[in-house]
Parts: sequence; structure tokens; C-alpha cells
Amino acid sequence: MNTVFYMSAIIAVASTAMVIMERKAVHALLYLIVSLLAVAVIFFVLGAPFMAALEVLIYAGAIMVLFVFVMMLLNLGGAAAGQERQWLHARAWSGPGILAAVLLAEVVYVLTCAGWPKPTGGVVEPRQVGAALFGPYVLGVELASLVLLAALLGAYHLGRRAAHEPGGP
Amino acid sequence: MATVPVEHALMLAGILFALGVLGVMVRRNVVFTLMCIEIMLNASGLAFVVAGWRWGQADGQVMFFFILTMAASEVSVGLALVLQLYRHFRTLDVDAADKMRG
Repeated sequence: MNTVFYMSAIIAVASTAMVIMERKAVHALLYLIVSLLAVAVIFFVLGAPFMAALEVLIYAGAIMVLFVFVMMLLNLGGAAAGQERQWLHARAWSGPGILAAVLLAEVVYVLTCAGWPKPTGGVVEPRQVGAALFGPYVLGVELASLVLLAALLGAYHLGRRAAHEPGGP
Repeated sequence: MATVPVEHALMLAGILFALGVLGVMVRRNVVFTLMCIEIMLNASGLAFVVAGWRWGQADGQVMFFFILTMAASEVSVGLALVLQLYRHFRTLDVDAADKMRG
């Protein structure tokens, strides 16, 4: 499992470095997704399987989809077709693809070869996390729901067009 | 089986956080700035999970859960602001919005 940890760590650092060096936003987004997946593997190695699942579902899933949607909204110019042709070059997706393939190899290794190796150290079960969330931290959970509601209202208010703008109400 | 040293895991969190800070300082595109803020939040969450793993407690993961909630709300409001910025200035340059008026 140590090898899995160090390989994921190298992938996370490399893809994060590519995020801040990449010129196009969508390519950087691909690298960012790979980086988040690598961190999810690290969470699994560190005995936090529930957080690994949340990382994949919410970070690499929902939040990255938000980024993609906003980039789609921003790229509605006439150059979209030419940009599409550019994006289909192998150079654009080969880097994130190779890094993601290494992550996939790690997952296959964990699932098959070593006979379900235990994560290093102890595992904190999802049951414990849930009990803590709804025990001592129940006030924090309520506050988190308030924060999400406030963010929903704020995003709705900021995102809608004003009345004098084209396409506004 | 030898476990991963805590120092290495914390070092990884520190490196990721430093890369996020570097990105915020270097990039002028506001979408990249948001991405780097996500990187920093994720790195701090990783540090919390590492600490929870070290002591075998669930509290670190609970903190990561809260950071996840905060990151989701932050990115939704931030991206709405990006859309507004683009509508007003027709650019994604953060330096275009350095005047405080109106």
C-alpha cells in the first residue's frame, strides 16, 4: 500500500503542477480532475473510504461539472467550432489520460493482486463518521445546510440577468 | 506492514497547498484562480484526514466533510461571479475588475 500512496502522491503533485501551468482552462480542468482522483486514492490508502467516495462524487463530479458548465457558457463565441477541433488533438487528453491510467492500474492492483490489502494504519469506518456527524457535530451539520442554502440563493441572485440586459426578465 | 509516515502525508498536503498558492499568485485568469482555491481547500482537507488517520478518530473526516460543503458553496457563488464579470467586462482577467465603484 505504501507504493500506492507514493505513486498517487506523485500523480497528485504532477497533475496539480500541470493545472497551474496549462494555458487552456479546459485542459487544466482535466488535470485537476486527475489530481482530485489521486487524492481520493490517497484517502482510501489512509483509511478514509467514505471521504474517498465523497471526493470522487462531489469534488471530481459535481464541482468539476459546475466548472465545465461555466466554461461552456463563456465559450459561446463563433470560435467554438475551431476550438472543438483543437480540443480533439491527442496532445490535449493524453497527459491526463496517462495519469488516470496509472490510477486505474493502482485500483486494479488493490482489488486483485494482493488479496484486499488493508489500508495502512487503522480504518475509520463510515459508521464512526456518521455517528460523529449526528452526535457532537450536529450543530455543524445544520450550519452546513444553512451555508448551502445561502450559496444557492447567492448563486441564483448573481447568476440571473438584470432586467435591462438582453435575455433578462 | 510498514505504514506511510505521517510526515510524508502532511508534506504532500503542504506541497499541494503551496502549488495552489502559487497558482493564485501567478495566474490572472479568474477561472484558474477559482481552481487554485479548490486545490488549496482540498489540500487542507487532506491534512485534516491525515490527522484523523494518525489518531484513529473520525473528527478529521468530519472536518473534511465541512470543508467539502464550504468548497461546494464557495465554487457556486464564485462561478456566478465569474459569469457576472464576463458579462460586464467581456474578459476573464481579474485585473479588469480592480476598481471599486458602483
